[in-house]
Amino acid sequence: MRSPLIPEMATQEVQLNETLAHLKSESESLKSKLEEERAKLHDVELHQVAEKVEGLGQFVMKTRRTLKGHGNKVLCMDWCKDKRRIVSSSQDGKVIVWDAFTTNKEHAVTMPCTWVMACAYAPSGCAVACGGLDNKCSVYPLSLDKNENLAAKKKSVAMHTNYLSACSFTNSDMQILTSSGDGTCALWDVESGQLLQSFHGHAADVLCLDLAPSETGNTFVSGGCDKKANVWDMRSGQCIQSFETHESDINSVRYYPSGDAFASGSDDATCRLYDLRADREVAIYSKESIIFGVSSVDFSLSGRLLFGGYNDYTINVWDVLKGTRVSILFGHENRVSTLRVSPDGTAFSTGSWDHTLRIWA
Amino acid sequence: MSGSSNIVAMKKVVLQLRLEAGINRVKVSQAAADLQQFCLQHAQHDPLLTGMSTSNNPFRPQKVCSFL
Repeated sequence: MRSPLIPEMATQEVQLNETLAHLKSESESLKSKLEEERAKLHDVELHQVAEKVEGLGQFVMKTRRTLKGHGNKVLCMDWCKDKRRIVSSSQDGKVIVWDAFTTNKEHAVTMPCTWVMACAYAPSGCAVACGGLDNKCSVYPLSLDKNENLAAKKKSVAMHTNYLSACSFTNSDMQILTSSGDGTCALWDVESGQLLQSFHGHAADVLCLDLAPSETGNTFVSGGCDKKANVWDMRSGQCIQSFETHESDINSVRYYPSGDAFASGSDDATCRLYDLRADREVAIYSKESIIFGVSSVDFSLSGRLLFGGYNDYTINVWDVLKGTRVSILFGHENRVSTLRVSPDGTAFSTGSWDHTLRIWA
Repeated sequence: MSGSSNIVAMKKVVLQLRLEAGINRVKVSQAAADLQQFCLQHAQHDPLLTGMSTSNNPFRPQKVCSFL
């Protein structure tokens, strides 16, 4: 600290330091209070409550389709609401729309950047959004005319100051939610490209986001390199709940189908379940033998199964209630980077650094 | 002065913590029971859980007809 030149400045500086010290001590006492409150309600573990539930039998899940066509690592994918089309994006800059039943490619777009880390299908099925190292999220209307140049109709919607890590349409084709390496999430109007709301609170790159099921209202959850999962109010921009129990980057977050909880997957090799009403972590899905990071998680329709795509090329299937692993699936020849269950729950799709996508059922 | 911007940042942290400390919470036993109930209620309609029969799942191989 430099010594002030004037006596009044000395008093001011002392006052500021006192205020700062006061705030710091209030923040420490609030953090302890939060932990205390959460601990008081921790009367039992989820798997104990679930002891009386019937165990799950053997699962037969196999690769039913393999989608080949990307020239490099598949980074992201999303299902269309019609339960058969899929959009996927790759490190080579290509975004492809597939018919998963027939494995035919229906559309292909080449982005002006490599590492297209995010892609999403519009609820209407008439457009897709994507972005990555270009720091933007762009929307491409899908034409029925296969010969039409999709790139010509491209609309730039979101602008971040670092890479786009994830994007999702809200309930309509009109708004898009994005997360970025710049540490923020943002809500955009597709038509005008206007920023409607921004979400600040992560201390590092935000890697993933998921919107709450529409019945539960206007919230979404995000996960980041700061090991935190934050729940946000979309209208006010406020962070309403925050969870910090992972030991490394959170790569994926997904709401439980009821909207009362969400799962996360992390580089710390665990998946975790956080209940929003109990305001705490209620389960950890891990095994000593699993040492590679989880890139992507999703629930089956009833929420009983949690599927995790891992960096050791496998998919682990967990019994959400009992906390045990029910199946391990092999097939990909490199990291699984993305995983989504289909809208009607009949199958799930994975994308991998081995350049392919697989449909499992 | 950097002191005052530190204070602004700390004030935000404190306000955020006050907000989070003040929310209503339920016991884990209650929350867990609700999660379990949801799972069990919807189990019948979860194709990946129940293992839909081949004829209903569009992704599973159809039985092939052959001409004799």
